[in-house]
Amino acid sequence: MNKTKNLEIMVGLFVFIGLASLLVLAFNISNLGSSLSSPSVYTVHARFDNVGGLRSRSKVTLSGVNVGRVVSVGYDAKVSRALVKMEIETQYQLSSDTQASIYTAGLLGEQYISLEPGAEDEVLSDGDSIYLSQSALVLEEIVGKVLVNLTTKK
Amino acid sequence: MMVNLLQNIGQKTLGFLQRLGRASLFLFHILRGFPIVLSRPKLLIESLYSVGVLSLLIIIFSALFVGMVISLLGYVTLVDFGAEQSLGVLVALSILRELAPVLTALLYSGRAGSALTAEIGLMKATEQLASIEMMAIDPIRRIITPRFVAGTIAVPLLTLMFMVVGIYSGYVIGHGWLGVDEGSFWSQMQSKVQWQHDILNGLLKGLIFGIAVNWVALFEGYDAVPTSEGVARATTRSVVYSALLVLALDFILTSLMFVEV
Repeated sequence: MNKTKNLEIMVGLFVFIGLASLLVLAFNISNLGSSLSSPSVYTVHARFDNVGGLRSRSKVTLSGVNVGRVVSVGYDAKVSRALVKMEIETQYQLSSDTQASIYTAGLLGEQYISLEPGAEDEVLSDGDSIYLSQSALVLEEIVGKVLVNLTTKK
Repeated sequence: MMVNLLQNIGQKTLGFLQRLGRASLFLFHILRGFPIVLSRPKLLIESLYSVGVLSLLIIIFSALFVGMVISLLGYVTLVDFGAEQSLGVLVALSILRELAPVLTALLYSGRAGSALTAEIGLMKATEQLASIEMMAIDPIRRIITPRFVAGTIAVPLLTLMFMVVGIYSGYVIGHGWLGVDEGSFWSQMQSKVQWQHDILNGLLKGLIFGIAVNWVALFEGYDAVPTSEGVARATTRSVVYSALLVLALDFILTSLMFVEV
């Protein structure tokens, strides 16, 4: 009888440790903990000539502060530009003349959207678009321009 | 000579197909007996103890050392690029996506899978299975189903423990020995590791490997030639086939889960 009880306790402990590991993974190691605590967002669109290496789930910053994420990157055939959809947390209000630029974190890091607040009083609401945008810097384009400059100077 | 060779190849192929068919029927038979686990949970708990609790130590030890090695090697490479802050991401992603499920399944097949094969094979060799059948009890339902279910539960749980222990031991080496900043280690990890994409997929890998390893181990035992030599061969085959199956499945699953082309 005692032996069975011990057995059951050991198995219970085993299952408990397994499930506790799952909780640790969820809240300490993955982004689930932070994503649960920020449920309310609104969607904003922006169009870029070139999105470079921007992907969905890239971060969106406002003056360097993390305020949201890119949801999708697609191509808008009507205006022949890339269409980026992003989610911004509702506590951050964006003025209607906000400028969106694509920057690279570090020299070889991933690309993200940086928003610079404008001066208008009117704010963007769900589904609105940002009209001022600056494309990603593509290394080949810069190298090409530099080469052209160098060769024309001669 | 040529005819002999062709005959051999044909025989081997037919033999393989026959075994595969028997193994599939066997799996179906196991699953059909599933209600016994609900009506007699004690059978499940006993098997869970022998395959799960007793494998705990080897899994935790391996996770400890794997985490430390990944951390050391990753640091050596990353520090050249001045990117040692990304050590946390490197350790977490390599363990969650790849090492935890695969190594857990391989260790499990060596620690518990081989024992299952030997146990079932010996039961068959000593005609215990036949005598159970004589008592009008289905041996697959009574003996094998609880072990299969217990193994399928145990492997994902062991995978989870491997993940946690591996990542924390990587942290201990990274922070304590190599001096990587604690804050960037965790914050970069938390921003890059995704619950659904990384952790749940890793867990799903563990579940699939668990089914595969237990299926192979139990089938090899049940299908063993009922002599001492036959049981020895079946045990070897069980470990070899489990390892090959896990690695092949891992390639397929990784290409489906983590590669965005």
